[in-house]
Amino acid sequence: MSGLADMLAQGLRRLGGAGVKGPLGRWLVIALPYLWLTVFFLAPFLIVLKIAFANIQLSMPPVEPVVTWTADQVLQLRLHFSNFTFVFGDQLYVAAFLNSLKVAGISTVLALLLGYPMAYGIARAPGAWRNILFLLVVLPFFTSFLLRVYAWLGLLGRNGPINDLLLGLGLVHEPLQMLQTDFAVYLGMVYSYLPFMVLPLYSAIEKLDLTLLEAAADLGCRPTKAFFTITLPLTKEGIFAGCLLVFIPAVGEYVIPALLGGPDTLMIGRVVWDEFFGNRDWPVASALAIVLLAILSGFVLLLQRVQARAGEA
Amino acid sequence: MNTAPAQRAASATTAGQPYVRIDRLTKRFGDFVAVRQVSLEIARGEVFCLLGGSGCGKTTLLRMLAGFEAPTEGAIFIDGVDVTQVPPYERPVNMMFQSYALFPHMTVAQNVAFGLRQDGTARGEIESRVRDMLALVKLDGYEKRKPHQLSGGQRQRVALARALVKRPKLLLLDEPLGALDKKLREHTQFELVNLQEKLGVTFVIVTHDQEEAMTLGTRIGVMRAGEILQVGSPTDIYEYPNSRFVADFIGSVNLTEGTLVEDEPDHVRIECPQLGGTVYVDHGVSSPPDAQLSVAIRPEKIHLSRERPDQHDNVLAGVVAGIAYLGDATRYLIRLPTGFVLRVTAPNVFRREERLAHDDSVWLHWHASAAVVVTR
Amino acid sequence: MPGRRSLFVLAALGFGFAFLYLPILAMIIYSFNASRLVTVWDSANSPTLAWYVELFHNAPIMGSARLSLQIASVNASGAVILGTLAAFALERYRRFRGRALFGLLTTAPMVLPEVITGLSLLLLFVALEQAVGWPGGRGATTITIAHITFSMAYVIVVIQARLATVDRSLEEAAMDLGARPWKVFLVITLPLIMPAIASGWVLAFILSWDDLVITSFVSGPSSTTLPQLVFSKVRLGVSPDINALATILVLIVTVCVVVAGSYMIRAERRRTRDAQAAFEPAP
Repeated sequence: MSGLADMLAQGLRRLGGAGVKGPLGRWLVIALPYLWLTVFFLAPFLIVLKIAFANIQLSMPPVEPVVTWTADQVLQLRLHFSNFTFVFGDQLYVAAFLNSLKVAGISTVLALLLGYPMAYGIARAPGAWRNILFLLVVLPFFTSFLLRVYAWLGLLGRNGPINDLLLGLGLVHEPLQMLQTDFAVYLGMVYSYLPFMVLPLYSAIEKLDLTLLEAAADLGCRPTKAFFTITLPLTKEGIFAGCLLVFIPAVGEYVIPALLGGPDTLMIGRVVWDEFFGNRDWPVASALAIVLLAILSGFVLLLQRVQARAGEA
Repeated sequence: MNTAPAQRAASATTAGQPYVRIDRLTKRFGDFVAVRQVSLEIARGEVFCLLGGSGCGKTTLLRMLAGFEAPTEGAIFIDGVDVTQVPPYERPVNMMFQSYALFPHMTVAQNVAFGLRQDGTARGEIESRVRDMLALVKLDGYEKRKPHQLSGGQRQRVALARALVKRPKLLLLDEPLGALDKKLREHTQFELVNLQEKLGVTFVIVTHDQEEAMTLGTRIGVMRAGEILQVGSPTDIYEYPNSRFVADFIGSVNLTEGTLVEDEPDHVRIECPQLGGTVYVDHGVSSPPDAQLSVAIRPEKIHLSRERPDQHDNVLAGVVAGIAYLGDATRYLIRLPTGFVLRVTAPNVFRREERLAHDDSVWLHWHASAAVVVTR
Repeated sequence: MPGRRSLFVLAALGFGFAFLYLPILAMIIYSFNASRLVTVWDSANSPTLAWYVELFHNAPIMGSARLSLQIASVNASGAVILGTLAAFALERYRRFRGRALFGLLTTAPMVLPEVITGLSLLLLFVALEQAVGWPGGRGATTITIAHITFSMAYVIVVIQARLATVDRSLEEAAMDLGARPWKVFLVITLPLIMPAIASGWVLAFILSWDDLVITSFVSGPSSTTLPQLVFSKVRLGVSPDINALATILVLIVTVCVVVAGSYMIRAERRRTRDAQAAFEPAP
């Protein structure tokens, strides 16, 4: 294998001249992914912004051009702010945004409440068990997200096993309507995003120095108090990371409210989808996307900061 | 355990031409100056030790020699060639890292052969050179092992073999004995010196351990805060420190202040209030009259006796305040009437001796050549 | 609580794992149910493999599975190549112009809601097509490009974490011995981060294989991936052949994870055995 590497290195050296991964090589390493991301991730947002200022029309694509060159050589820029006023004015959209934030927030808290003890249990488990438990948490993540949400469709249905159990135990007299409810959405959210919460928490708890807790016990601190005064503050970064990793994507989640939610569970991801595919109103969908992006960008920057700080630790 | 450094020092000076020349080397990290205007000359075949505490800049200096840090100012010449801008993979310099840095996914033989492969050496020659080098470091038979199958001492030998097999002009060693336990350290010291003499490679060693520096080095450079304070043979550094810091850094020392009361070309007398007497030194000192000086006396140069000794100068009386029995010697703390405490080391020459006990009264005396006058 | 296993923690672990696995187990069980109503157990005809058989004869499902496989493989390879370069740049080059923005660009795709990234990529492709005539319509190519863009972010996290643990002095030692930087990367760094590259590939594969929202935005009439097919079916309610499909996928993943896990355990055991060999004399 090393012989091949030698040949490869020779070839690369001849390509780049002397001192590859000197300035030229280094530039290449940075430029390739940078270019890709700029073209396929950054630039698109600028286009979304442009479309958000456009007007809908019956064509493919269903948008009027924003910048036009008229017959008498005038460069015309038509910015339709109407899309944004529409978005902010309509009760539906405002409610969708607020509801999304609410649902994402509550889901995050629920995921944290369940995820922290789980992460703690895995981190404190004896060696062999720890790896197994860790794999068990990660395994569902590898099975299809869509199918796991689908699984709840089966469980929560009127003819599903949960209703059967409740009916059988006599706790209810007729099957509960669990699908198409907020309850189902919360369930689906926590279910799908749990691994995203557990992983950073596990990482943070594992790094905790156990001798600190021993010192606390030695000084007379009871275990529960030690947890709140020592463990929790020292795993703060993991908590922030986990919460952000759940909250940010949850706000714009589409699949879970689409499959498990009802007409009342209005989330912005669904609204954008419906506007785009249903109404073919690309400008409004773009405007909604821009507003969502603006709301979330603050959180994304926060996540960057948290991760950067964790990287230096 | 000293392997005749005097002889080695002699051969270094006769080599004459500086093999490595460091010219006003400076390294700045932002506002922090790690290495400040260091100039140094190292002769071919010598073992030069950079000695200093943590943060003194010795590792930065070493890394600049290797090429991993670019100097902010100054130049480095090796065998007459300016290598300041040369990248590490093109310098005739090899380094033995503190952590050994053995490639974990390669065998011992592959590790040692690595440098030779980069040079494009013929395969047959690589095999024979690797074999010879492994035999030299007494690791023949270990070719197929991987680093994690070796003990600490074995890993070090592989690291050494890997660096030496390329016959570099300069070998840099970063705290070579730091990770070894005491017994292994003594053994390895001996082997390192043997190897160096056999191969004639110029060594530059960085260490914070003075015993290591004294044992290994033909010359030592004491560093502090980015500067070299004194360069000399182990004897020079120990017996003739040029500053309080160097005197205090190497070994134990008794340091006290005094005023020059008698200044002759062949002797001086210094009034030392802390000692409660005068110190007679049998050589001249170049400093203005009534100057404030420091006097350094090594503990092993002070002799203890129950009766007052027969000399006039350099005699004091005191009381035993502390005893530490070390087997080969005993360290005493003697309190003088002034309250000042002197350290004295006496070899345990006889197995059954009338030992001094706490609170015994003793007399101290030292030879006229024992004290060193330090002006910085 | 050093040593002491709290009852609360055990209960949370138990509940958590039950919560995670019960739905999957239920799905598997119901795949053997003969009844078309899925959750109503038809004890007369069950258990049955009828749905599995039907699954394999279902041409659209097989076709979309094949397409998903293709896209996922290309995506994984692309994401790993670009991701390794990016991880290297982020980890080894501490200061270069635009580093802050680069860091943001490599994290954001991972967190931003898929509707945003999907929408923006579609608009990009449309604009590109209007401007330069490429890509000619949406299909496998646009899906692959989209997938590479967002799965790269995950790959970078995995590889960067591993890269950070590589002892820098190993790379310095290689350079000291005469290897040029490219050589150092290929012969020293790459082998040491290989496990991370492998897991990065697998991660990217799964993310692509599984993706729905972004794919829906950037796909065309002729390219339907497996998740798209499943979603259109599932919107109408439960369907037993989907249960069969799910069971097969879970089985494949479980087998892979078990194999990988046992390989890791065996490697660990070999490592401790080797470390003890240090104290044995040479042959």
